[in-house]
Amino acid sequence: MDKQAKVVDEIVIRFSGDSGDGMQLTGTLFSDASALFGNDVSTFPDYPAEIRAPQGTVGGVSGFQVHFGHSEIHTPGDYADVLVAMNPAALKANARWIKNGGTVIFDKDSVTEKTLKKAEFTTEDPVKELHLDGHNVIYAPISTLTQEALKDTGMDKKSILRSKNMFALGICYYIFDRPLNFTEAYFEKKFAKKPQIIEANKRVLKEGFNYAANIQALPSYKIEPATQENGLYRSISGNQATAWGLLAAAEKANLKLFCGSYPITPATEILMYLSQRKDMGAITFQAEDEIAGICTAIGASFAGKFAVTTTSGPGLALKTEAAGLAVITELPLVIVDVQRGGPSTGLPTKTEQADLMQALYARNGESPLPVIAASSPSDCFDWAFEAGRIALEHMTPVILLTDGYIANGTSPMKIKKMADMPTIKNRIAKANDENYQPYRRVDKELLIREWAIPGTEGLEHRIGGLEKMAVNGNVSYIPENHEVMSHERDARVKQVAVNIPDIKITGDSEGDLLVVGWGSTKGHLEDSVSQMRAEGKKVSFVNFNYINPLPKNTADVFKGFKNIVVAEINLGQFVSYLRMQFTDFKFHQYNKIQGLPFTVDELVGEFNKIMEEN
Amino acid sequence: MTEVANKYVAKDFKSDQEVRWCAGCGDHAILNAVQRAFAELPHKKEDYAVISGIGCSSRFPYYMNTYGFHTIHGRAGAIASGVKTANPNLSVWQITGDGDGLAIGGNHFIHEIRRNINLNVLLFNNEIYGLTKGQYSPTTKMGMKTKTSPFGTVERPFKVGQLVIGAEGTFFARSLDTNIKHITSTLIQADQHKGTSIVEILQNCVIFSDKIHGWITDKEHKEDRQLYLEHGKSMIFGKEKNKGIIMTSHGLAVATIGEDGIKESDILVHDAKKEDPFIHLMLANMVGPDFPVAFGVIRAVEEDAYDENVAKQVADVQAETKFRSMDDILASGSTWEV
Repeated sequence: MDKQAKVVDEIVIRFSGDSGDGMQLTGTLFSDASALFGNDVSTFPDYPAEIRAPQGTVGGVSGFQVHFGHSEIHTPGDYADVLVAMNPAALKANARWIKNGGTVIFDKDSVTEKTLKKAEFTTEDPVKELHLDGHNVIYAPISTLTQEALKDTGMDKKSILRSKNMFALGICYYIFDRPLNFTEAYFEKKFAKKPQIIEANKRVLKEGFNYAANIQALPSYKIEPATQENGLYRSISGNQATAWGLLAAAEKANLKLFCGSYPITPATEILMYLSQRKDMGAITFQAEDEIAGICTAIGASFAGKFAVTTTSGPGLALKTEAAGLAVITELPLVIVDVQRGGPSTGLPTKTEQADLMQALYARNGESPLPVIAASSPSDCFDWAFEAGRIALEHMTPVILLTDGYIANGTSPMKIKKMADMPTIKNRIAKANDENYQPYRRVDKELLIREWAIPGTEGLEHRIGGLEKMAVNGNVSYIPENHEVMSHERDARVKQVAVNIPDIKITGDSEGDLLVVGWGSTKGHLEDSVSQMRAEGKKVSFVNFNYINPLPKNTADVFKGFKNIVVAEINLGQFVSYLRMQFTDFKFHQYNKIQGLPFTVDELVGEFNKIMEEN
Repeated sequence: MTEVANKYVAKDFKSDQEVRWCAGCGDHAILNAVQRAFAELPHKKEDYAVISGIGCSSRFPYYMNTYGFHTIHGRAGAIASGVKTANPNLSVWQITGDGDGLAIGGNHFIHEIRRNINLNVLLFNNEIYGLTKGQYSPTTKMGMKTKTSPFGTVERPFKVGQLVIGAEGTFFARSLDTNIKHITSTLIQADQHKGTSIVEILQNCVIFSDKIHGWITDKEHKEDRQLYLEHGKSMIFGKEKNKGIIMTSHGLAVATIGEDGIKESDILVHDAKKEDPFIHLMLANMVGPDFPVAFGVIRAVEEDAYDENVAKQVADVQAETKFRSMDDILASGSTWEV
């Protein structure tokens, strides 16, 4: 797990198209909107050398690069996080300037035999030919939708298509949360005498914005490690890493993976990545609803697969009853919740850490299960693997929390060797074992029952949602038995702590302030703490990935500090959870709930304030 | 599925649990029939998985000495779908009722049928919620007074066969809890069908909807009110075996052989394998007093099964791929050395 994630609060967008496509204007408008939005901005226009370079050729491509961010921006940036390419030539001219795992917004309508020939492509798929298919490519029908938007205006086709740059701009405004009003005001001023042009540009800008909203185009974040160990690396998004971590767990447990899931933003890509892995024997079941997603997974778990279901907050809400069934039947199952802004439909494309309480408690009855959280795009691989390990070794459903920020963000991942990863010990019962009983605890310390899989001779048995008699698993309404089983279920989850490592402090084990975070805020919190430490402040940091149960040394870590602050992207769920368990400590809290990650600057300011006031 | 020579008797499938349905409940007969069918079918005992939701009928798995899973309300279809897709070698039996399967589980019901997953669904239809003590269900007839419809229901009920056919069903059969032999033979045909086999069993709840199927089961008139369909055989019924179903310009009609010039050759011959569901739908929808109620396999059409297609796709991709382990996947695409 990359220890020192450095968060990039800056984004580089490169607008590129034919010299007649208005890329300079598009870039300027974006940078002006960003500056007015409060960002620091640096830009870099890149005109073709020839005044009248041939249209559609690589030499005729015009570009404009905008580098914006929360902190001081000193350069226009070397490589682009987002490339807007209005035609194949623009794609070709700029392909090498896109960062690994970056986003490409490409006008798919621009691909014709003629444009491909002019840009000297040899195949019909410019994205593939340039090896860009590993990037987040948005194939936007920019020309068609621009024409559609303006078809009633009476304008001719050529004039209409002159506005298509505004469509691309609208997409970027959606992705990066820029208000439209500044640009609209610009149109009104610039084209004061041409009301039709004002109207057309406004309409196309809005259409681009709406298109991005409709396809739920996602913001992409870059999280770079500050230092890198030697080794082979790849760029990976959190959703892809989650999918692959789950597959790695299946391989190390010598099982095949089954994913029952229903499409939901921002979790859908996990299902997509898993569906590509039939080569690994993975089965994906795109269910009729969220409930069927988890229920097919529970069925597959009963039948002996390593079963997972993937979703986001609203979907987790629908899965709660079935999650309880997995708890009482003690079947291995990983439930991935890629958190997004809530409540209800909330902010589907924005990030939030507000499903923590839902993950911990939103089931009927006493229904405990382990909850863990990932911290960066690449460590989603490790935490998905760990979720699988806990589920299979402890025979329990496990909830893995990621969120929109790391799920769609990318970071470099050092490629691990499967041989170096721990073997996962599954709990499969042996055929014809005369002593087999459904709730016999084969591991008395960890309270683990065996997994007797249909098709295994001599182990026919019944399980279900009704309370079961300890050991023999018959239906039981005996009052004392319910108490015994409730305690066993509780203890089983607590005992997961036996096999998890102690939490480690970044910084000294004593000091004035301990910054506490969990999950995806790690990079920003770590950066802010290291900045304060560089200024000589006695600040340390701990990041929690194991939420339930907590690492055994948690209270010992808290003891060393004068003040503790828990920072999270919600109204204070983890801090409430800690207050409930550790009544000896006083916890400060810092919360933000805007659908956005923290920024280092705001954190440093906040932490300094806590230190001054306490 | 692995086929084996049958070496079992019905009692091999009885579990050690006491059966707790009410005395006189139709479920006893169905349990008996299922155990008989399992003893006859060519599967190993350990390859059976019996999966239920919630309701009186859903206690079923506890009484079967097989792998069993008593799940949650309405979700048996989804869980059974997962079991069968995960391991197509299992013989999967879903036990559900009109409330569990058609109300709370309605979505899973239509989608398992649409996918044509190779499993068998026993839908116990007693037109009432029994376990919660007598509320109307999605099959309760309009106007019936129940605990939650003291003035009579104002809801239109589902016709199970029509729902199955509307959801692209490949197999629909109907049986009756008073006829153990017929249930047994119908279940054997359901098992032999590749795809989702829906068997609606008209079942009597002695407590909350007693004699709900009384018109059909009435001992005096049952031969005149029950039509037993068999593929390739004429649709003849009646005490005197002289009545039959004919096709008229207004649809199906009941005719008496020897009256109005009707000959035996005028009676329709049942074709369960016909892809066009038109006649199957009319047969499934026949009700008294003008018609007898149809029993037996009404529709059994050959189509690909979902679980088979899933397994085939995995096998096809694995035969082609150069990726053998996650090591290959992790190192695929663009990588760089630090």
